[in-house]
Amino acid sequence: MEMSLDLLGNAVVSGLLLGGFYAAVTIGVSISFGMLDIVNIAHPAFIILGSYIAYIANTSFGIDPILAAVIALPAFYLLGAGVYQVYYLSFERRGDEALRGLAFFFGLLFITEVMLVLVFGVDYRLVDAPYIGTSLHLGIVDLPLRLLVPCVVALIMVGGLQVFMSRTFLGRAILAVAQDQLALRLMAANPTRIKRIAFGLSIATASIAGAVLIVIQPVEPSIGRDYIGRVFAICVLGGMGSFAGTVVAAMALGIVESLTATFYGPSWAPAVSFGFLLLTLAVRPAGLLGR
Amino acid sequence: MRSDFFLLICIAACAALYGAAAALGNDYVFFAGYVVLQYVVLSTAWNILGGYCGYVNFGSAAFFALGAYSTVAMHKLHPLPIPLLVLVGGVVSGVVGLGMGYLTLRLRGAFFAIATLALAVVLQTLVVNWDYVGGSRGAYIVRPETLAPFGPYIRYLFTIMLLLAAGAVTVARLIERSRPGFGFATIRDDELAAEASGVPTLRLKLVATMISGALMGMAGAPFPYYIGFLQPSSAFGLDYAVNSIAMPLIGGTTSWVGPLIGAVLLGSLQQIATVTISSAVNLLIVGCLLVAFVIIAPNGIVGLVRQYIQHKPEDFVGRRKVEADAPEHAP
Amino acid sequence: MSQLLEIERLGKRFGGFVALEDISLSVAAGERVGLIGPNGSGKSTLVNCICGTLRNEAGSVRFDGHRLDGSTAHQRTHRGLARTFQLPRPFASLCLLDNMRIPLLYTVAARGGGRSAPDIEARCFEVLREVGLEDKARRLPRELTQVEMRKLELARAMAAEPKLLIADESMAGLTHSEVEDIVALLKRLNEHGVTIILIEHIMRAVMSFSQRLIVLVSGRKIADGLPDQVVRDPDVERAYLGQ
Repeated sequence: MEMSLDLLGNAVVSGLLLGGFYAAVTIGVSISFGMLDIVNIAHPAFIILGSYIAYIANTSFGIDPILAAVIALPAFYLLGAGVYQVYYLSFERRGDEALRGLAFFFGLLFITEVMLVLVFGVDYRLVDAPYIGTSLHLGIVDLPLRLLVPCVVALIMVGGLQVFMSRTFLGRAILAVAQDQLALRLMAANPTRIKRIAFGLSIATASIAGAVLIVIQPVEPSIGRDYIGRVFAICVLGGMGSFAGTVVAAMALGIVESLTATFYGPSWAPAVSFGFLLLTLAVRPAGLLGR
Repeated sequence: MRSDFFLLICIAACAALYGAAAALGNDYVFFAGYVVLQYVVLSTAWNILGGYCGYVNFGSAAFFALGAYSTVAMHKLHPLPIPLLVLVGGVVSGVVGLGMGYLTLRLRGAFFAIATLALAVVLQTLVVNWDYVGGSRGAYIVRPETLAPFGPYIRYLFTIMLLLAAGAVTVARLIERSRPGFGFATIRDDELAAEASGVPTLRLKLVATMISGALMGMAGAPFPYYIGFLQPSSAFGLDYAVNSIAMPLIGGTTSWVGPLIGAVLLGSLQQIATVTISSAVNLLIVGCLLVAFVIIAPNGIVGLVRQYIQHKPEDFVGRRKVEADAPEHAP
Repeated sequence: MSQLLEIERLGKRFGGFVALEDISLSVAAGERVGLIGPNGSGKSTLVNCICGTLRNEAGSVRFDGHRLDGSTAHQRTHRGLARTFQLPRPFASLCLLDNMRIPLLYTVAARGGGRSAPDIEARCFEVLREVGLEDKARRLPRELTQVEMRKLELARAMAAEPKLLIADESMAGLTHSEVEDIVALLKRLNEHGVTIILIEHIMRAVMSFSQRLIVLVSGRKIADGLPDQVVRDPDVERAYLGQ
């Protein structure tokens, strides 16, 4: 197999861009799982939901998909807050997140997927935007805007969240609740409310991630499931709640997947993310007590 | 009641069921009944790890498909009678379960659950690319029309699944009443306290994973003969993953009765519904029922019945949620 | 008297936070040792490291002549270590009787004490009786008061027939006479040969119970000796008793 510099360079660059996208996909889970310890395996389903909303906005009203996602942000936030409220009342309060909480999110994942199938069918859907199809050329490297724009949007979103977390009172309250709920309570802040806000934010990111997904590739209801392993692998490898770590881990995965796809063929992509997942499990065993 | 006596009663019930089905005169009953019995095995198997130990397996389809594909592989290699294929399927799935458990069971339940999801995806990818068993094109298994003394072949398959269901239920009940059953319950309730009391949690979890996986593989082994043409999408079907979780959770996870009730009720409902409404709506209903039960009736139908009999509102038997849990493990 | 428990230069960190530093102590077989210190001083962390719930990064733990490093918590329990948790962790779906059954089925049986089912049940009742919970034997833990839950914790540790029992704040919330009852119970256990480490804030219980007192402050051992001498130690007064 020809290891030309061209091919290698482009594979790495694509991988980096893809990695930026993966960071957007994972950041919601970094919040819900990394910080709040909620195993929201339905996160990819919310992302796909975001993709389809962007699709409708794009095909019916001609709105740019990413713009549509930004408009949909409040709705997704409210959805997230609602889901958390149900989760909290039904499971967190009873101390039964392990089995039934997981089953709850699995049920949500599943219901969302099946409803999308019923409404849209199993065909692939795509969006149309002026930047899809064109590329920038920098020397030997091609930068398809289809990948570049999502990556930039993703990094802006992650960066924005990082600023929110470290500079605002609410953001720091969220970081605090992740570490020590008792201390937060003693400071007369209500941990449940903080967690609800955080979870709402986590689902809001799915709106943007979904729009960005459908710009990069055509979407059909079941592809959410391919992302579950990826997302949790990146979250754990990235340090469970560290945004910077998430970006680095996402780019690492993106590059490895891109190289594998270029030199060995795309059908091995699931194996790559599974390999990453196994790696995270082997390298960062948390034991029974902690993360 | 001792377990061997229970098994005899089960077999007697099976004989009665078979007789009733045969008396109805329509072979469709056997086809539909086979699927329901398959779910009895799958739900009971899932519940051994999920309900008893509290570790959620999202990849039931993977173990089921392993059983089915080991049959296909054996069929090409060296045809065997179905009971032996069931054993082969059980061994293959059991070993894979053990391997996966060894990698993931030292970690929190959430990581195990995610790993099972990933496993399902990877196994499907592997099978799709493995031409020996047909890959994505699928594999044909030619089955005979009849088999003495059953008559139509489906009756033979039905009997096998019937016996498998009886066996699975007996095993589950045996576990419940024995020392491992207590051990599993402590793992579910509080793994840390279990270790401190001397329970070898890792070993027990591995045993549960192995038994659960093996039973699922056994349920999958006759499947290629049932369906005639096996494709990865049907073997790894989403309905297996969802149903094997929904049926025990709806029926009740704390005893062997729950998965049985869940499988019989939900399974029969789905067999009736597939004829009348589309399978996608069917699955949607299962998903909604799962979420509803998990929120409203966490102890399932068994729990609701117990509540009704005892006339008092039963609070969920969960871990008492002690607020300042964190300081215990880190200052 | 041989040293039953020997801890040498034990250290434990959580990220950047040093929870335990350079802890060395030993407990002789049959001793009654009290362990005191302010909240957050690392007492429970020390218990977790001894019992295997947490892994210490530095130092070693020897129990009954064997090094414990690397062995799992349940293996240490089989060797004869038992502990209560500061915040009780009962098996919520099992009745009190069955909570007692677990250590008997798994720990005592592992040592070769093969008992018949009626024997086991009798022993379960016996242990519950020691803490005064036998008439709630068929109830579930969620029906107990906080105080009863602590007694259940203690009973479950006792059911494991340990050589060394570490009682972590088993008396919080008890009345004066209940505290005396528990102290008497622990003394009885000790007379039967069980070495006991008592971790408590209730000074009168600690003083009346302990033959030796160890003080932990901010992850370090600052005193180790006879109770009367330790409480007069100016460092101890400043760090802990003065509060």
